[in-house]
Amino acid sequence: MKEKGWKDIPWGGLILEEGNAEEYKTGSWRTYRPVWDEKKCTHCLLCWVYCPDSSIIVEEEKFKQFDYDHCKGCGICSTQCPTKAIHMVEEGKFVIKTEGGK
Amino acid sequence: MPSLKVLSRKKELLTGGHRLCAGCGASIIVRQVLMAAEDPVVMSSATGCLEVATTIYPFTAWRIPWIHCAFENSASTLSGVEAAYRSLKRQGKIDRTIKFIAFGGDGGTYDIGLQALSGVLERGHNLLYICYDNQAYMNTGIQRSSATPEGAATTTSPVGKAIPEGKQRPRKDLTRIVAAHDSPYVAQANPAYYNDLIKKVQKALSTEGPTFINILSPCPRGWRHDPSLSIQIAKLAVLTGVWPLYEVEKGQYRVTYRPKKRHPLREWLESQGRFRHLLRPENKGIMERLGKQVEEKEKSLLALAGEETSA
Amino acid sequence: MGRIVGLTGDEATAEAMRQINPDVVAAYPITPQTETVQRFSEFVADGIVATEMVRVESEHSAMSACVGAAAAGARAMTATSANGLALMWEICYIAASYRLPVIMAVVNRALSGPINIHCDHSDSMGARDAGWIQIYSENCQEAYDNLIQAVRIAEEEKVRLPVMVTFDGFIISHAMERVEILEDDEVSQFIGKYKNAYSLLDVDSPVTYGPLDLYDYYFEHKRQQIEAIEISPEVIQKIGREFKDLSGRYYDLMGNCHLEGAELVIVAAGSTAGTVKSVVDELREKGEKVGLLKIRTFRPFPAKQIAEVLRGVRAVAVLDRSVSFGAQGGPIFLEIRSALFDEIKPPAVVNYIYGLGGRDIGVDEIKRVYKNLERIAHTKKVDELVGYLGLRE
Repeated sequence: MKEKGWKDIPWGGLILEEGNAEEYKTGSWRTYRPVWDEKKCTHCLLCWVYCPDSSIIVEEEKFKQFDYDHCKGCGICSTQCPTKAIHMVEEGKFVIKTEGGK
Repeated sequence: MPSLKVLSRKKELLTGGHRLCAGCGASIIVRQVLMAAEDPVVMSSATGCLEVATTIYPFTAWRIPWIHCAFENSASTLSGVEAAYRSLKRQGKIDRTIKFIAFGGDGGTYDIGLQALSGVLERGHNLLYICYDNQAYMNTGIQRSSATPEGAATTTSPVGKAIPEGKQRPRKDLTRIVAAHDSPYVAQANPAYYNDLIKKVQKALSTEGPTFINILSPCPRGWRHDPSLSIQIAKLAVLTGVWPLYEVEKGQYRVTYRPKKRHPLREWLESQGRFRHLLRPENKGIMERLGKQVEEKEKSLLALAGEETSA
Repeated sequence: MGRIVGLTGDEATAEAMRQINPDVVAAYPITPQTETVQRFSEFVADGIVATEMVRVESEHSAMSACVGAAAAGARAMTATSANGLALMWEICYIAASYRLPVIMAVVNRALSGPINIHCDHSDSMGARDAGWIQIYSENCQEAYDNLIQAVRIAEEEKVRLPVMVTFDGFIISHAMERVEILEDDEVSQFIGKYKNAYSLLDVDSPVTYGPLDLYDYYFEHKRQQIEAIEISPEVIQKIGREFKDLSGRYYDLMGNCHLEGAELVIVAAGSTAGTVKSVVDELREKGEKVGLLKIRTFRPFPAKQIAEVLRGVRAVAVLDRSVSFGAQGGPIFLEIRSALFDEIKPPAVVNYIYGLGGRDIGVDEIKRVYKNLERIAHTKKVDELVGYLGLRE
C-alpha cells in the first residue's frame, strides 16, 4: 500500500474505515497451519471462542473454514478441540498463493 | 447466557490482521467481551499491547468506535465520552442505548492508571472497566508491574545471584481494591472459562454504575510458554487457586466457580518459563511460601463469600 | 446590546461559560482558577446550564475527559492554572493532535518550585509548543470576550484546534472590573452548534481515534497540525470582525496602542499591557513618542504583522513575565527578535524579565524602561540585552 502525503490522509490521525486491518495478512507469520478433520468435528465452536485472531469462520452455527489470510498458527484451536479434529501441520507442506503471485 | 452457536451469529467486531502475538490472551478476551455485549459499544484503551497492535496506522482492527488517549487515562478518557453521552441524551440530541467499555492492561490499571480508575469508581460513571491482566508491562518488554506475582522473573525483576526469587513482593489485589470502592459489580474472570466470563460481562453491562472485571490474560512471550497452551495455562490458574473466579455484587461476594479439588501450585509454576528458577531445590522455600499465599487468599475469599474452606 | 456588570476575571469566565453552555465541563480546582469552577458549579446545581460536570480527581483526568467528550461530539471546556496545566501537559499535546476543539481558561500562575500561587506566565508559556492556540487577555472584559470567540475559532472546520484563553492570576482573576456582557441568546447564536464530523457516539460509522503512528506517518500528521495553526490567523481575524458586529469591540491578532509615530515601543502581554497603556497616555501628553504593542495571540505568533507595525520604530523593550532558562531571553522576546530579523532597518530590541511569582510592576518601572529605550535609540548602543524589573539584587 503506497504511503499517502499529508494532504491526502484524514486529520487528527483518525482511521475512518472500520476493521481495515483485515487487509493486513498476518497469515504469513505461520510456521504451522491448522487442518480440519471434518469427520471428527462436532461443531462445538470451542475453537471459535478461543481463537485470538478471529480466524475461525463459522457459518450457520457450524465450523466452515479457517481464515488462512490471518491465522497465525498459534495452535490453541488444536489443543482445545475436544475431539482432536484439528491438527497442526507444517506450513512448508502447503503451497501458498499470496497477493500478486509472489 | 446464549449458547456459542447463537453468539456465533454476531458480527466479529475485532478483525483478524491485528499484530498481537500468536496465542495472545488479550484478543481472546476482547472477542469474548464483545460477543457478550448486546448493545453498541464504544471502547477506550490504554496504551499497551492491545492498543498498539490493533491500531497501527493506517490500519484498525476495530469495528466499533474506539479511542486511545494515553497510558494512564483509559478510565478518565472514557468517563468524558460517557459524560458527553449523558449530556447529549439529556438534551435530547441522542437517543440510542450505547454501552461504554474501558480496556487497560495491568500496567495501565494497577499502576499508572489506578488514580483515573478510582476517580471513575467514586464518581459513578456508567461504564465497565476491564483489566486484561498479563501480569507485567508486556508491550515495553516484560517489565514488572504491581500485578506481577511474587517469584516471577521479569526484565526489571530478573533472577540474579543476589536476588534469586525474581520479583520479591507479592502482587496487588486490585479486584479487592475496586470492591472497596463499593462499585455495584466487580468480578474476576478468565478466558478459558468463557461461559463464566460472558455471563459476568453481561451482568456488568446491565448494571447501572461503574463496574469492573479483572481478567487474566496469558502471554506466551512474557510468561515463556508455547502459544498453543494459552487457554490451558489460563485454566491452570483457576485450578491451582492462583486466579479465583468470583464476583462482588452490591458488596456480596460469591465464588462463581470452584474446582472440585485444588491442583498443586507446582503445576502452575512448571507451565511457564518465568517461574522456572523456582523449581530449583534451593528455591523450595519460595515455592512453599507462594503456596501458603494462595491458601491464605483462598481462605480470605471464602470467608467473604460465606463459604467453607475446602479440605 | 447586553448589560454592564462588575465581575472579577474568574466570575467573568464563569459567566461566559454559562452562556456558552458547554455539554461537558471536566475540571479540577487550583488557585486562582477556583472561583471559576465554584461559580460554574452553582450554575450546574441550579440547573441553569445543560452541562454535565465531571469533578475529576486530577487535571490530567480533566483534560483526558475533555478529549473523550470532544471526540464524542460534545462541546468540552475546562480551566486551570500553573501546575494543573503542567499536569495536563501530556494530554494537551494529544488534544491538539486529535484536532479536538477543547476550550480552556488558563488563569496565569507561576509554576512551582518553590510553590507560588501568584501571577506570571510560566504556565501558558511552558505549553507553547503543545499545538494549542493561545490568546492572552489584558483584563476581565477581554477574558470574557476571548472565551466566547475561542469557541468559534476552535470549531472552525479548517482550524479544529484547542484554544486556551489566559488572564493574569489574582490581578485579573480576583479583581472586580467593569464588564459588558452580551445577552444569552446573542452568545448562543454567535457560537452556533458544535458539529464533530467523526464522533465516537456515531456507532453506525465507527472511527478509531489515537492509533499508533510509526515513523512512516507521524511527520505527516504533524504537518497537518502546522497547516491548521498557520491558517488560524485569518480565522481569528474573521471571527474578531463578526464579534465586533455583535459587541462593538474588535479584536485583532495584537493590540496596538499609539503606535502611530511611536519611536520607542514596549511589548507586553496580560494585565501589564494595561499598566503600560496608562504610562503611554501620560508620556504622550508630554510629547514623547512612545507606544505599546500588546500581545494577544501568542500562538499563532503574528510575526509578519508585528514586523509591519514595528517598522520605523527605533527601540523596543519586550517585557516577559516568564523565563526560558538557558535561552537568550524570554519567550516573547525571542519571537519578536526573530520576527524582525529580515527587516532592513530593524529597531534595537531588548528584553526585561519581570513580575515572576506575582512580583508587582508599577508605572515607575515602565517609565524607567522608556527612559532606557530613549538612551538606546540615542546612543545606538545596547548595554544589556536582558534586564530585570523589580528584582532585588
